[in-house]
Amino acid sequence: MLGLGAWRARNRPAANAVLPLPIGEMGWQLTDHRGRTVRPADWLGRPAMVFFGFTWCPDVCPTTLSAISGWLEELGTEADRLIVALISVDPERDTPEVLADYVGNFDPRIVGLTGPKAQIARAADDFRVIYRKVPRDDGDYTMDHTAGVFLFHADGRFANIVDFHEDRRFAVPKIRRTLS
Amino acid sequence: MKHLILTTALLLSAPAAFACEAVTVGDLTIQHAWSKATIGADRPAAFYVGITNSGSSDDALVGISTPAAGMSMLHETVVTDGVASMPHAMRVPVPAGQTVQLAPGGYHGMLMVLTAALKEGDRFPVTLTFEKAGEVTTDVDVLPLRSEGPDCADAGQ
Repeated sequence: MLGLGAWRARNRPAANAVLPLPIGEMGWQLTDHRGRTVRPADWLGRPAMVFFGFTWCPDVCPTTLSAISGWLEELGTEADRLIVALISVDPERDTPEVLADYVGNFDPRIVGLTGPKAQIARAADDFRVIYRKVPRDDGDYTMDHTAGVFLFHADGRFANIVDFHEDRRFAVPKIRRTLS
Repeated sequence: MKHLILTTALLLSAPAAFACEAVTVGDLTIQHAWSKATIGADRPAAFYVGITNSGSSDDALVGISTPAAGMSMLHETVVTDGVASMPHAMRVPVPAGQTVQLAPGGYHGMLMVLTAALKEGDRFPVTLTFEKAGEVTTDVDVLPLRSEGPDCADAGQ
């Protein structure tokens, strides 16, 4: 327990510019994989878990979605109140229909969000997320993007980040603290 | 060494996914070859495998190829300052006496220009080329997109 306490203290978010805005101060408007409009205000009152990715991503994104599905399974009905959203950084290819096909492979509580490029850029700014298009040798392209999973309290305050390579033993308690 | 291979072969003869079977080339044992199902054939697929070098000299995986894809390359997922990127890996070192995993979130094969979508339950061959041991072909099991790896009795993942 002593070790865990020290670890928690090290990971306590510091007040600085690289942290996401509180959800209530964000300004994006996106469309979910069922075609519904979603605004930040719609999330207030429920804790939220948000990450960025794209469906053409062969390794990072399915790995993150598999991990999140595992966390949600472990949390069970505890996580039913949690908003879980994947925001696409590749709106050119990720239409709501494409996202629906994709998120359908994972926990049904995961919502896919996409929108016009300007709104994706706005969301990335609000979450302090970096993304960039990287051309591939075969003429196709891939996307580099911030891979962490952001946690927010029900009142919209930023709570924590689950890093890409973080162990499930740490991730699930972090989420649980956001839920309580 | 022969004894080890025989034991492994016996262990793996139990009913299990093909991903749990092993192939060998020289001092290298290749097992747990798997891939995630893809949605359609436009998206690249990832290829994962475990390589054990039971010899006394270092080797390296330098290439992969498969009839299932028009272009196959080795990549590594790297997270720098929280940002994930997937640079091309020229070679994946397989040091003497060690097991190296191509696994989600790390080294992986990227299969581009798929000839067909990879469906759960499909199997396709991948040829791995090693610097010293040469070439070896293994069957790859396609697992669900959500899978985190094959469930093998010897817990190699």
